[in-house]
Amino acid sequence: MKVTVTVNGSDVVADVADRTLLVHFVRDVAGLTGTNVGCDTTSCGACTVLLDGKSVKSCTVLAAQADGSAVTTVEGLADGPDDMHPVQRAFRAEHGLQCGFCTPGMVMAAVSLLAENPSPTEEDVRSGLEGNLCRCTGYHNIVRAVLAAAPDMKEGRTS
Amino acid sequence: MSILGTRVVRTEDPRLLTVGGTYVDDLRVPELADAVRVTFVRSPIAHARITGIDATAALEAPGVVAVLTVADLTDLAPPPPDDGRDGTEGAPLPMGGPWSEPLLAVDRVRYVGEPVAMVLTDESYQGEDAAELVSVDYEPLPAVIGIDGGLDGGTLLFDGTQSNVVVTKDTPADESAFDGCDVVVERTIVNQRLAPMPMEGRAAAARWADGKLTFWVSTQNAQITRFILAGVLGLDLDAMRVIAPDVGGGFGAKVGADRDAILVAWAAKHTGRAVRWVETRSENLVGMTHGRAQEQTFKIGGTRDGRILAYRLDVVQDTGAYARMSGFLPGLTNLMAVGPYDIAHVEAAYRVVVTNTTPISAYRGAGRPEATAAIERALDLFAAEIGMDPAQVRRENLIPPDRFPYTTPGGAVYDSGNYVAALDKVLEAAGYGELRAEQARRRERGDVLQLGIGLSSYVEITAADAAAGETSRLEVHPEGTATVYTGSSAHGQGHHTAWAMLVEAELGIEMSKVTVIHGDTDLIPEGIGTYGSRSLQLGGVAVHKAALDVKDQARRLAADMIEAAEADLELDTATGTWQVRGDPASRRTWSEVATHAGDAGLVAYVQFAGGAPTFPFGSHLALAEVDVETGKARLIRHVTADDAGIVVSPVLAEGQRHGGIAQGVAQALLEEVLYDADGNPLTATLADYAAITAAELPSFELVRSETPTDVNPLGVKGIGEAGTIGATPATQNAVIDAVSHLGVRHIDMPTTPRRVWAAISEAASGNGQGSTGQGREGQ
Amino acid sequence: MIPATFTYKRAGSLEEALDLAARDGDEAKFLAGGHSLLPLMKLRLAVPEVLIDIGRLREFSYVRDEGGYVAVGALTTHDELSRSGVLASELPLLAHAASQVGDPQVRHRGTIGGSLVHADPAADLPAVILALDATMVARGPAGQREIGIGEFFRELFETALEPGELLTEIRIPKPRAAGWSFQKFTKRAIDWAIVGVAVQGGQVALVNMDQTPIRARGVERALADGAGPREAAAHAAEGSNPSDDINADRGYREHLARVLVGRALEESSSRA
Repeated sequence: MKVTVTVNGSDVVADVADRTLLVHFVRDVAGLTGTNVGCDTTSCGACTVLLDGKSVKSCTVLAAQADGSAVTTVEGLADGPDDMHPVQRAFRAEHGLQCGFCTPGMVMAAVSLLAENPSPTEEDVRSGLEGNLCRCTGYHNIVRAVLAAAPDMKEGRTS
Repeated sequence: MSILGTRVVRTEDPRLLTVGGTYVDDLRVPELADAVRVTFVRSPIAHARITGIDATAALEAPGVVAVLTVADLTDLAPPPPDDGRDGTEGAPLPMGGPWSEPLLAVDRVRYVGEPVAMVLTDESYQGEDAAELVSVDYEPLPAVIGIDGGLDGGTLLFDGTQSNVVVTKDTPADESAFDGCDVVVERTIVNQRLAPMPMEGRAAAARWADGKLTFWVSTQNAQITRFILAGVLGLDLDAMRVIAPDVGGGFGAKVGADRDAILVAWAAKHTGRAVRWVETRSENLVGMTHGRAQEQTFKIGGTRDGRILAYRLDVVQDTGAYARMSGFLPGLTNLMAVGPYDIAHVEAAYRVVVTNTTPISAYRGAGRPEATAAIERALDLFAAEIGMDPAQVRRENLIPPDRFPYTTPGGAVYDSGNYVAALDKVLEAAGYGELRAEQARRRERGDVLQLGIGLSSYVEITAADAAAGETSRLEVHPEGTATVYTGSSAHGQGHHTAWAMLVEAELGIEMSKVTVIHGDTDLIPEGIGTYGSRSLQLGGVAVHKAALDVKDQARRLAADMIEAAEADLELDTATGTWQVRGDPASRRTWSEVATHAGDAGLVAYVQFAGGAPTFPFGSHLALAEVDVETGKARLIRHVTADDAGIVVSPVLAEGQRHGGIAQGVAQALLEEVLYDADGNPLTATLADYAAITAAELPSFELVRSETPTDVNPLGVKGIGEAGTIGATPATQNAVIDAVSHLGVRHIDMPTTPRRVWAAISEAASGNGQGSTGQGREGQ
Repeated sequence: MIPATFTYKRAGSLEEALDLAARDGDEAKFLAGGHSLLPLMKLRLAVPEVLIDIGRLREFSYVRDEGGYVAVGALTTHDELSRSGVLASELPLLAHAASQVGDPQVRHRGTIGGSLVHADPAADLPAVILALDATMVARGPAGQREIGIGEFFRELFETALEPGELLTEIRIPKPRAAGWSFQKFTKRAIDWAIVGVAVQGGQVALVNMDQTPIRARGVERALADGAGPREAAAHAAEGSNPSDDINADRGYREHLARVLVGRALEESSSRA
């Protein structure tokens, strides 16, 4: 079916198979490979994007369901490596990533978390990220990064 | 001031954070523009004969390009002959011989997930549909599951063999060593099977064009992969280019390339089509090698005042369906059996059995966490038996600092250490005395949430294969920039940052001007790659030595330019300039010096093989809270001192510790690969395999400890696996400690709520063992 | 992994959804948030030929105070439930339990109707709605009908809904007794409950103790007879029929039910 999704501000229009998952629409149709697939069971969160502003696991949304909606991926957060979103900046400053595979999904989950809870406690962050697996960092620095990003994000830059 | 030891953020991150890495599935290179997708048909049965494969229906499905089976594997190099090696020296078995592993199943499958056929389709969605249409006739055989099943030998996995025991390392028991002991404790415990589960599963892409194979693979070792392919495909090394793009974690399970990836390379050559394979998580959890899977029987004896006199460890390694690592992993467990303790008499032995399960290979720690888990449990059981504080028992027996280098009874030479200091630092940082007091109060009150304090002291071996060395090439360009080509391989560790730091520290060329390249055999033909915490002490030292070499060359060049004596020249690393000592007017930049080098270039190539294994050590304290009504255990604090010698990058070293701790805690509390009695996997998705999340973990408290080694010029040891090695037994000991006052002495890992509750119930019902676990009951 | 091929149809109205369902009969399934159905389809444990997307029928996403009861639209997401002011004041049990479902991403997509209709005994909200004695409002070809929650869950993954019938609203009577508790016992935060307990006043329902969510009648009787929390909790496993899996066997589940019911009743009475 014909699907139109506004991805990072640009309309992406394509005729796709009905069963096309949003994550494959983003990767293969929109050509944005930052969003990764890490599991088959809606468990790992590597594919997390914002759908109309809220974090979703794009492996468990049909492209057809997102027709007419706006999707933000990790590529849509920053204008470039020198102008990163507060969450991206904090992930770098706090060493919140190692291999980088979970990172785009983790960052998007964190952006959504902070939008809903601008002043989270450590416990809020830990439970708020329970749907995102990371195998490298032990989460320690990811949690620190999200806590560190909170004040910056409140000040305005909320993409 | 040197940049080494300072808190530098990673150079890798901006790209990973803004557009994401370029993993195999993300490659949009023209060579793969028309790549077909590989989908494997895998055995759904643990043990069966294949009596027929019918691909007719699949071949008619939309988008199907080919269906390949063992019948198509006609263009491989002949397998190596059986050289009679049996792996007793800790080496892998040869590829040939009765235990050999095929690429695609020949006429028998030996585990669920074993590759049986490959379906090539235009698009990935078509592959999953078509793979379902490949009809394979299986004639089920009895499945050999668990260590008991493997030892039983009623059903043999391989024709022409006498048992399922692949390797035996016998060590006669010297009972007299235990004669002088007041107390002897014996127990069999399980170190359960785990899934390494890197966030990116296995993936590979390949193209055969103009007589050359280009192979992109998610690997820890591009160069080793090229050797493996050469052996299997019968190609010359220079007829292959192996590229490791961004790799989404490895943890030992991406060492080299396994049969699935080799098949992808073969399929490109065989069909002439570019191909790409990216496994699903459900494939990953049965197809990627697993780790651990040992049953350990230990016997520990000593005096009532806490001195341990003798220790014996018998390991049975379940190696899965094929003995890929053979005696290597239990060999390391034997080598490190005694841990950081000064014990006069130590014996260790092992057996390796094949079973109808996913093959076992390295997983973060690879043989050493198993050794530490055994002796740290043994120590706690011994302490409980003599009624002494486990911290005190450790202090009594740790090798004292004046004994280094220390040769263990097993023959390992521990290079340097201050084991007691590491333990004391952790006890102090944790407030050990107050924790014990709080524990006593909760016990006194009969709280539902009881407190457990778990310790582990460890020593491990890193760069065990130091003799194999590592390469680096350093070029300084006329622009004043530098490029490092490293044989070491990064998949999250931060090599690009650390190597640039090493260059800046020695040469004063700013990190931002240093490009680090790894994982491309056209650019770096010689190299080993990354495993066993070898990178910094071999690859890093190679970079350091290359920088020294470049510096020598530059000194000569600058002397020539300035017309001064070499001895009078100095390099100001703060500004990256050469000058005659005391004469700023003579200043020459790296750009000028490199330009002066002309066509010869300013280049150094180092193949560093002068190192030896190093032995990082440390202590961990885990604080667990156990709900004694439900059995649920929760880690609430984790305090560690992990000493890996000099720290080049504190940020990276801490990151390695954090990640390792989390994986160790995960083994202790949650994770386990399970099979039913027929060999069907019960944990084949991430809904069932209990990978640890942020919500199950506290922040970690890291205590600093840096004891240099003189084994290498940087004074460094490996830090990649320490967290896992130390955290696992500390956490397990904490959970058991929380319920020890109820009569519990042991709980096998993972200490799930059900197991903890069962242990409490069993102890309450007066069952003397005070223990619950799977024991010999199988996997 | 990806679902087997199906035909996607999008309903622009309730009537259209019912028409589409009538046309495709047993081959069709309704798709709301998709967080129960799509995971099964990706594993190919469900292979419907037609999906009828009702996700755009936003008119079925609401929480309304209707005086004697609270009306919850079937397409209300878990996230919306957890943030509902009406629920916070009238039915905090439901708001709290909804905040414990899955993870944030799942709560952003998953709907209460989807969860109830999927009828997974390990899911949280079916037991909560059972404890709250709600009435289910369904629309089908024959019009609208009401089904008491006590008759709604039939078997494992099976409800009283007829083919082509759509759950549109959940009507939850305002509780007479204010005390409530929701206890969810999991290995990890993200996991399905090994055992769960929902308590509203003297009404107690259990997660994952049978093929469907069940009321703990033995506990409720004991409470009615004046038993204290711990005393009543001893009856928690009566009449249950829990299964064995990798996380728990029957005996452990029964034990957990007793412990959790005891805790839930104590918490509930502390809130009464």
